Amino acid sequence: MDKLIQFNLNGKETEITIDPTLTLMWVLRDQFGLTGTKYGCGIGVCGACTILLDNEAIRSCMLQVSDVANRKIVTIEGLSSNGELHPVQKAFMEKDALQCGYCTPGMIMNATGLLLSNPEPTREEIIYGMEDNLCRCGAHIRIIEAIQAAGLEMKKAK
Amino acid sequence: MKRNIKEQRRRLATTKNPFEVKRRDFFKLLGGGVVVYMSTHNPSELMALPLAQRREVPKDYNAFLTIKEDGEVICHVGKIEMGQGPITSLPQQVADELDVPIESITMVMGDTGICSYDAGTWGSLTTREYSHYLRDACAEARAVLIEMASEYLDISNENLKIKDGVVFDSSNPDKKVSYGWLTKGERLERYMDEKPSVKDHTQFNYVGQSMLHADARLKVTGEAVYTADVKMPGQVYAKVLRPPSHLVQLISVDYSEAEKIEGIQVVRDGDLVAVLHELPEVAERALATVKAEYTADEKQVDDKSVFEYLLNAPAKSREVESLGNLEEGENQAELIIESEFHDGYKAHAPIEPHAALAQWNGDKVIVWGSCQSPFGAQDQIARELEMELENVRIITPFLGGGFGGKIYHPQVIEAVRIARIAQKPVMVTYTREEEFYMDFFRNATVVKIKSGVTKEGKIVLWDFHQYHAGPRGSDTIYNVPHAKITQYSNQSGSPVHPLPVGAWRAPHANSNTFARESHVDIMAAKIGVDPVQFRLDNLSDQKMIHVVEALRDKFDYTPAQGPSGRGIGMALGTDAGTWVAVMIEVKVDNKTGEVQPIRAVVSQDMGMCVNPQGTIIQAEGCVTMGMGYALSEDIEFKGGDVISRNFDTYQLPLFSWVPEVIDTVILDRQDQPPQGAGEPAIICMGGAIANAIFDACGARVYQMPMTPKRVLEGIKKVGK
Ligand code: FES
Ligand code: FES
Repeated sequence: MDKLIQFNLNGKETEITIDPTLTLMWVLRDQFGLTGTKYGCGIGVCGACTILLDNEAIRSCMLQVSDVANRKIVTIEGLSSNGELHPVQKAFMEKDALQCGYCTPGMIMNATGLLLSNPEPTREEIIYGMEDNLCRCGAHIRIIEAIQAAGLEMKKAK
Repeated sequence: MKRNIKEQRRRLATTKNPFEVKRRDFFKLLGGGVVVYMSTHNPSELMALPLAQRREVPKDYNAFLTIKEDGEVICHVGKIEMGQGPITSLPQQVADELDVPIESITMVMGDTGICSYDAGTWGSLTTREYSHYLRDACAEARAVLIEMASEYLDISNENLKIKDGVVFDSSNPDKKVSYGWLTKGERLERYMDEKPSVKDHTQFNYVGQSMLHADARLKVTGEAVYTADVKMPGQVYAKVLRPPSHLVQLISVDYSEAEKIEGIQVVRDGDLVAVLHELPEVAERALATVKAEYTADEKQVDDKSVFEYLLNAPAKSREVESLGNLEEGENQAELIIESEFHDGYKAHAPIEPHAALAQWNGDKVIVWGSCQSPFGAQDQIARELEMELENVRIITPFLGGGFGGKIYHPQVIEAVRIARIAQKPVMVTYTREEEFYMDFFRNATVVKIKSGVTKEGKIVLWDFHQYHAGPRGSDTIYNVPHAKITQYSNQSGSPVHPLPVGAWRAPHANSNTFARESHVDIMAAKIGVDPVQFRLDNLSDQKMIHVVEALRDKFDYTPAQGPSGRGIGMALGTDAGTWVAVMIEVKVDNKTGEVQPIRAVVSQDMGMCVNPQGTIIQAEGCVTMGMGYALSEDIEFKGGDVISRNFDTYQLPLFSWVPEVIDTVILDRQDQPPQGAGEPAIICMGGAIANAIFDACGARVYQMPMTPKRVLEGIKKVGK
């Protein structure tokens, strides 16, 4: 049975009438065209589909669309504002912290969630916080550096 | 037909400012290119070659380059971008050879309709092979443009200079004309009788400079388009019925339940059965209701028995290398050492699974596909569906990793076949489970080595036997007077491997290097010599000696007999024309057998290096990815059934495994031809880690992956 579901998507109040049991990741990709959110495993173990749900990093392949009713979600497309990249995005570019780029949106969203909850993470805390995001190309060492740099940048901006 | 210069002069009179080259945002422009470049040109006009002749890299520079009136240089190449960085390194070379600003170059890649032919992006060949064609093409285009400018400006060639795509009189820079104005975006019907040579390394501006990934902005914003992100009006997702094993046949199938679900269409084309719906999840749910019966899988082999199985499988032997006389070597040796190494099947496991979207229009089809070989996919479709090549166009968006796994593109064929019947655009996106099941795995293999060494530490005998993988990376390298490499494989007859096998980043070289470099370490330890010194003592290849010395110096290595307790190991080899060595330091937990890499150094002689930063990133990627096959990755299987089907059971390297420091030394060889960078360093990872484990705790592990369990067994054997 389709249901009306309302939520805030990338800063805009949004609604959709849809089967509420559908997976959020596919709904974001197919119904909203937000294809920056990637499919990697479908069982919550790779992190490619990570988004922010009420400012917390979460795997959208593990959520049903009904789970986000009346809540606030941000996808990679909603991270920059007015063409100005988010510090985490900038740091990934500056540190060249990507290769094929397929894991990148999930990495950036997870890192953003991490920095929101812990603005000054140590190297160990970054590793712990990113541990379950997979990158096959092996961009890890630069991703760690990028998150460190972004953390400092965000602190300065405050 | 020569281009009519008078006609151009006439045009000058009506064009206000023919001199300007517009500067652009490099990132923005390049990014727009790879996705889908909608050319106003008719592709056949652009190529102007009979299609059959297009099946080799074209000689005509027009096939690579279009220079638009505003100075934009469109570079259309059959290569694809999957993370190794040609979207950055190819324009560096084009800009230098053509003398244009790199910002003016737009890369259009992997579109069979508008790009010059290339067999595929693999084998670290983009720079070491393909870029020669591209550079030659640019050099000729540049020479033609100078000729045209000379005629147009009425100044002799010798008095002309070029900067940023503008040709000018060296004594009067105001007399000038831009490339764009000369070409007007059209093909140039003029060629040089004598082909000009490419520039030498002292004349480069961009080549040799580190550049950030040109596609980074698209990738950090989520705008970069991968195949599964493409959407056509009316498109449906197709979920394909998969057998439980690679070794069974379909007997019967019943999809009546699926057909009852609203909006579901079932398509059957022989053994290909697919369930279609606009929503992927609904298609998947419907697929789960399909009942199918298969023949039984009788094959009695699994990931534990596979090594025994391979040693006993029918095989022809082939001599790959032979030097001296083995018997003679055995007589000279003081010490004979024999060992046997095992390596299980590995998956490519790119984070982006295979995907393809096929759209028919009459007897023509366009396919967006994650393919390392768009032209190969075009060939295959034309062949299998008995179509004209012209009627098949493959467009390759960004690939989310390939590593050899996307050389194979069954999803493309599936999408095309299903879409032809369904008569609507069809998207096939593999689930992670399908991605594992449908992979062409890295071969499981056995290597047996018998070697002999003198009291003085000279290797005098080397007898290397490689079973059912390939010889790449098995070369002896060391200076051994009596050496032989034998390869066992079953080229004809039924395939030996129960699972499909294929090229995996530096095919076979990972297993062979693991075996050779472990065995060399075993010898060094047995005669009590530092393993780095032992290698240097037995090398005569000067290139390799320099690479090892640079490695040793960068690591600040002090010699010690193994096992020294420090946990330092090295391995070396050659791959894709590059001489490479890796040294790694690890910690081994004697209670759990867990291995933690601490620090790694890569040293390589790769000839000319186009983008040092890109190369360093590839080396870091090789070290990181290589930890996986060395320490954890293994396909569990039974007969033709793949049991490891997701990342919960197939363990990729994690953040916490990555060494805190990965240093890369690139020997300065800018005057040499460029060699490969995408694969070489990964071949050393198995051997370097095995040797580091031994050095840490004395345990010798003969099988990859070197799991905690296997390390613990090794520790128990040495009684620690
Ligand atoms: S797709 Fe969601 S965690 Fe992998
Ligand atoms: S950059 Fe390719 S998977 Fe991370």
